[in-house]
Amino acid sequence: MGFFSQIVNGLGLGSIYALIALGYSMVYGIVQLINFAHGDIIMVGAYVVYVILVIMNLPIWLAVLGSIIFCGIAGVLIQRIAYQRLLNHDAPRISLLITAIGVSIFLQNLFQLLFGSDAKSMPKMFSFNSLKFGTLEITSSTTLNIVVSILMMAGLQLMVSKMKIGKAMRATSEDAGAAKLMGINPNTTIAFTFGVGSALASVGAILYCNTYPQIKPIMGGLLGLKAFVAAVLGGIGSIPGAMLGGYLLGVSESLTNAYISSSLTDAVVFGILIIVLIVKPTGLLGKNVREKV
Amino acid sequence: MGVMLSVENLDVYYDSIHAIKNISFEVNEGEIVTLIGANGAGKTTTLHAISGLVKPKNGEINFCSNNLCNTVAHKIIRLGLAQVPEGRRIFAKMTVQENLEMGAYIRNDNDKIVDDFERVFERLPRLKERRRQMAGTLSGGEQQMLAIGRALMCNPKMLLLDEPSMGLSPLLVNEIFSIIQDVNKSGVTILLVEQNAKKALEIANRAYVLETGSIAMSGDADELANNKKVQSAYLGG
Repeated sequence: MGFFSQIVNGLGLGSIYALIALGYSMVYGIVQLINFAHGDIIMVGAYVVYVILVIMNLPIWLAVLGSIIFCGIAGVLIQRIAYQRLLNHDAPRISLLITAIGVSIFLQNLFQLLFGSDAKSMPKMFSFNSLKFGTLEITSSTTLNIVVSILMMAGLQLMVSKMKIGKAMRATSEDAGAAKLMGINPNTTIAFTFGVGSALASVGAILYCNTYPQIKPIMGGLLGLKAFVAAVLGGIGSIPGAMLGGYLLGVSESLTNAYISSSLTDAVVFGILIIVLIVKPTGLLGKNVREKV
Repeated sequence: MGVMLSVENLDVYYDSIHAIKNISFEVNEGEIVTLIGANGAGKTTTLHAISGLVKPKNGEINFCSNNLCNTVAHKIIRLGLAQVPEGRRIFAKMTVQENLEMGAYIRNDNDKIVDDFERVFERLPRLKERRRQMAGTLSGGEQQMLAIGRALMCNPKMLLLDEPSMGLSPLLVNEIFSIIQDVNKSGVTILLVEQNAKKALEIANRAYVLETGSIAMSGDADELANNKKVQSAYLGG
């Protein structure tokens, strides 16, 4: 395979990281919490697809819709049950972080209990002809990943810049106290952010299953960690940053696989993270906003 | 002209520090009342208690016969009580227009909001020129105007202003204070918290002097401005 097809493959994989990274980034932007349970939402999303599609034998569109809605609601519930009280009582950040790890362990074990710890294989969900440009061939899953991720980011960008709830999210993430004075209920806004982030993670999960058709209860661990790296790389709290970080990560993984060694992929990914953080601690698109006095 | 806001026997603690000690005051409809005092006298804490950002230990705060102590912070603005917080606290990464939209967050009457945009822009024309600019790029004076404009977007009955003169040049302070007077004339009751006692007493009807958490003096603004003790402590002799 040529260099360009490696790049395109990398973008396809990066699209999945990017979609998941958006959730990390949005939640961090609004409550400064690294939501370690976010990775496991991907797993939840994948299992919902599995249940609807394979066990219940219902059509694909229902599986996709069901997974997105289920994850969105799960995200809201997790914020309401696990984090809201801590946030409202100004609990130390470390308590939030430990709670997030707790939610992550809970979800992994719950799904092991429900479905067993062995991997389940998924049927091919979406297949259409691969695109050919001369010698460059783009598989259907890669095309789908890239197109869907771009559409999702555009939609998200539109939501935070045009919709009232999106603007309230930005206001709350910038200054929650001032937002309260405007009559913005922080709990609603934060829960909404968790919901949207989790719904995006579910879209990531669907694309992931379509590309690598195998799921297991611990699949969210490394996938979530890499998406988190993508969010930090791009500048956590920034939507375009999360996308850029995701694509960059995907491409560097794909190139490492092809030209160096597939056993070094993760080393390269985290190596890039370390270098970027040394050179630009706020991430590629992150900004250090100074207050005007 | 009834009492709009009344604070009775208010006590606020920060852990073991007794920040506000049994203070009482009131603001009547249509007035400009100012709360003056030095740094750390408890001015901002008093305002935070009113707007629900800190919980008082004892005492009652009533606004238009609503008990504010039982109202969560984000619902207080719905009663018609808006705040211009200390340090302006505008949303720096949002545009001027978006900041004003956030001020109208609680409203759903979109066509009337458009009229109110125009009203705010008429009163604060500099904001109109900069409506598409990020609020963080505005000068200090413009940011203060934006904070006032943002608070006016909810059509409040009463406005709480916390140190609007902070960090501004004397010329801009005059401009901000004449805007405050103007807002008052349009029917908005004002509670003004200020370190700049001289300017505050100039525009206020009545004043309370706060010293280390208690009210040391109160009365008509003119009388206080001529009071020897006030003059030596707050008006530079």
